[in-house]
Amino acid sequence: MLETNPREFSPTTDENEYLDLKSRPRIHETIIKGFLIFSGVFSILTTIGIVLFLGQEALRFFTDPQVSLVEFFTGTVWQPQIYRFGILPLLSATIMSSLIAMCVAIPLGLCVAIYLSEYASPRFRGIIKPALEILAGIPTVVLGFFALTFMTPLLRSILGNDTVQIYNVFSAGIVMGILILPLISSMTEDALHAVPSSLREGAYGLGATRLEVSTQVVVPAAISGIAAAIILGVSRAIGEAMIVAIAAGAGPNFTINPFEAAETMTGHIVRISGGDISYDSLDYNSLFAIALMLFIFTLILNIISQRIIRRFREEYE
Amino acid sequence: MKDQRDRGNQYFSPRLDQAAPDLFKDNLGSRHRRGSIWKVVFQISTVIGIIALATLILKIFNDTMGYAAIEYKQPPSTLAAGETSLDLMTCDQLWPILAANVSANRLRTIERDTPRESLSQQDCYNLVLYEVAEPKAKQTWSLLASIFNFEEIQAIVDEKYPEGDLEFKVWLNKSFIVSPQSDDPLRAGIKTAILGSLFIIVIVILFSFPIGVAASIYLEEYATQNRFNRIIQTNINNLAGVPSIIYGMLGLAVFVRFLEPITSGTLFGIGDPTTANGRTILSAGLTLSLLILPVVIINGQEAIRAVPNSLRQASYGMGASKWQTVWSHVLPNALPGILTGTILAVSRAFGETAPLVVVGAATFITFSPENIFSKFTSVPIQIYQWTARPQDAFQNIAAAAIIVLLILLLVLNATAVLLRNRYSRRW
Repeated sequence: MLETNPREFSPTTDENEYLDLKSRPRIHETIIKGFLIFSGVFSILTTIGIVLFLGQEALRFFTDPQVSLVEFFTGTVWQPQIYRFGILPLLSATIMSSLIAMCVAIPLGLCVAIYLSEYASPRFRGIIKPALEILAGIPTVVLGFFALTFMTPLLRSILGNDTVQIYNVFSAGIVMGILILPLISSMTEDALHAVPSSLREGAYGLGATRLEVSTQVVVPAAISGIAAAIILGVSRAIGEAMIVAIAAGAGPNFTINPFEAAETMTGHIVRISGGDISYDSLDYNSLFAIALMLFIFTLILNIISQRIIRRFREEYE
Repeated sequence: MKDQRDRGNQYFSPRLDQAAPDLFKDNLGSRHRRGSIWKVVFQISTVIGIIALATLILKIFNDTMGYAAIEYKQPPSTLAAGETSLDLMTCDQLWPILAANVSANRLRTIERDTPRESLSQQDCYNLVLYEVAEPKAKQTWSLLASIFNFEEIQAIVDEKYPEGDLEFKVWLNKSFIVSPQSDDPLRAGIKTAILGSLFIIVIVILFSFPIGVAASIYLEEYATQNRFNRIIQTNINNLAGVPSIIYGMLGLAVFVRFLEPITSGTLFGIGDPTTANGRTILSAGLTLSLLILPVVIINGQEAIRAVPNSLRQASYGMGASKWQTVWSHVLPNALPGILTGTILAVSRAFGETAPLVVVGAATFITFSPENIFSKFTSVPIQIYQWTARPQDAFQNIAAAAIIVLLILLLVLNATAVLLRNRYSRRW
């Protein structure tokens, strides 16, 4: 037995005469692990920060004597100068632009996904899918420029300058749909691809055509993944800021005419915070109230989408 | 026969017993027809997606050059007085023209700011052009319009701007890249914005890369399956879906206001005294770091997960500790994936506009940022501000700035793809 290093071996006089292989304390590893844990927890701090700071400023807004909670949720006028804070004009514009975006993105996105997954050759798919993902990676300010300087003039030349205002929700919505299209098509395509091919083979064996296999076998089997993609798309549309800030108009407007200018929740935040704004004014605090609502909306949608994805994964793995 | 086919789709037609094979064939025809119709629909949808991308890029290129109607206070041709044209003159020839046409005070200011000896021919030319000739872009046309409707444009210019010249302008040129921001679209450049973007990106990388990688190592290598770690994981997935503008509000409340002594630099005594608030490059960088952190973590986790377990087992088998295993075996193998993911996340931060507007990008600065406590602007912010201006020419320089932004993004993404193809190993 080696006895060169008594620290590593138990003394022979002791009754337990075996090697001490207990790991020695490594202080630097403990420190490193501490940093790793801190980094992991950091994301929770971010969430707490969002809830805390947004909540705090929003609370200041709601407890202000000039503001009533009932008016906030039911009022149809948003004019901070005269202390009218009804969120409905901003909310209706947000819903309208998201709705238009989804009307573009859902049908197109699903068709593209079905085509790429079920019809296209692997080579074609290998070219088109990255191309669409480039579209998803284009900064939204570029798409805002596109909406204002291409889509709006196009709409105005088709429908006439009297019907379509220079700033309008419609062109912002369409371009937002173009932005969300790749998101939906990419996620849907992944979901369709994950459907086991035995299901397809079975359906072909029964004499189904390609369309029938796609729409009556593959799509229903992947429906939860598709639903998750759509919900995520809606969440993205609600939170999208630059396209609507540039193209949809500056000024809250309670309307259901998509060709009129109207300001969304995100657009309002961008416009007001971009100007000179004094801290702790009612105007400033109201932005946080809007942001908190936005956060809650998108959080709920994201959680639903993740729940669906998790269920979907369990089905096929 | 034709009559039979017309009724083929009625499943319970009285002919069922006598002509079942025929009925089946008829049905098959309509099913195939429906199949091919829908195939065309699917194809058209895909084509629409591609057309959207192509239109977008064409539209932007289309705006970066074209004819512009430019009116001069004093046309360069009269200044040159019949000799060689202005842009070919030397500095010595140009200086008298400048001296003759601006006030004595102005000339002194110019000489103080830019000593004559330090000027190149191009600088002198620009001085004469902008100080004396004072061009103003009245109306601009896109490239396609310039090519196909030249006569019409000429007629418009002759009618509306009899004094003006029709010049072909390439808006995206060298002086656009190296000039600072300006009120005049003919002189405005994007140097300030590019520098601001680069400063911000450096902070984003310095901050989000270590924390992001550490968090992904923790979640993949150290975290046990318990409630606490599941909460962290769910939380990160949720944060990845929070709209960017919310991060802007968080940055405004935390970095700009709450941590103002730090982010404005006053705590260290090196802040910019003229602004002395938290709307600095540091705040912007930290805000965008928070924004991309979840994405960096998720991508890092995927890269670490792809390292096969056998490597770890072999390392443990040789007696390595946990950290030794992670540092010497897991990380080197996961690094290409981690870098690719980080670069993609950073390129997202590069294009973000809304959070920076909220955090308080400066609306107009002409000087380059000096340190991280300077006021800032960035390329997307600049595009946003130019897009919002009503004059024609601002739309052209916005398009030029977009091209610059897209090229920078393309370089970032190409690096990421190269890294992935070069170093990624399949196990």
